[in-house]
Amino acid sequence: MSFLIALLGGIVLGLGAATLHVLIGRVAGISGIAGRVLSPDPSERDWRSVFLIGLVFGGALMLVIAPGQFAVASSSPSAIRIILAGLLVGFGTRLSCGCASGHGVCGISRFSPRSLIATLTFIGAGALTVAVAG
Amino acid sequence: MRLTSSFIAGTLFAMGLAIAGMTQPDNIIGFLDFFGDWKAELMFVMGGAVATLAAIKRFTASQRRPLFDVKFRIPTRRDVNPALIGGALLFGAGWGLGGLCPGPAIASLATFEPDIFIFVAAMAAGMTAHTKMERHLEKGN
Repeated sequence: MSFLIALLGGIVLGLGAATLHVLIGRVAGISGIAGRVLSPDPSERDWRSVFLIGLVFGGALMLVIAPGQFAVASSSPSAIRIILAGLLVGFGTRLSCGCASGHGVCGISRFSPRSLIATLTFIGAGALTVAVAG
Repeated sequence: MRLTSSFIAGTLFAMGLAIAGMTQPDNIIGFLDFFGDWKAELMFVMGGAVATLAAIKRFTASQRRPLFDVKFRIPTRRDVNPALIGGALLFGAGWGLGGLCPGPAIASLATFEPDIFIFVAAMAAGMTAHTKMERHLEKGN
């Protein structure tokens, strides 16, 4: 059952990425969109800011429909760990030009070797981190 | 229409992430826990997303430009360089530590959980540090 729900979530997420591709010709890579939302070019700034607002809006909608899908504060890790995680995710995704969405979904869907290697690398590094510091 | 499209895309994307449970760090960490109690769900999320996107792209492959814009802007780089690998290693480490990647973190801002705000602020700082470093390197060349 949980696999079917995961698959359904993936399909809806894929529809979001496809909407961006078919309608405005952009890649739904969240780290690229967030990292370049302050681009000097206004025509690259506007769609990125609106996409990010949509992302929060979609989160809010789901919070109303299925609040159980979001993290609860009870199993909260330390603030230092959260800050370190955020810094690594922010810097790392910009350095490798993509995150789980840009490389893992969009890149793999066009069979980019760059994205496939990046995806295997961040899954490997994540698995190692969980094994050591989990 | 261009901005409405982008808003709808972002909304769908976040809804998909939440349905798939990617907004719960335990699910991410469970997927990365290959040596422990492994949760395979994330493979189905990625599989469903990749298949949907690839299928729609195939159906619209004859399209010469996007419906509401003048041209496609799709990355064409295919090289594998140290920045790609190094960045993916750092990202993976952060992903394993916090169980959050950029999409779910931003979508989860809607919860107003302090931890999410701390994570997103740190992520923005990491991204800004990268932009500063790039500018610095450009000046040096």
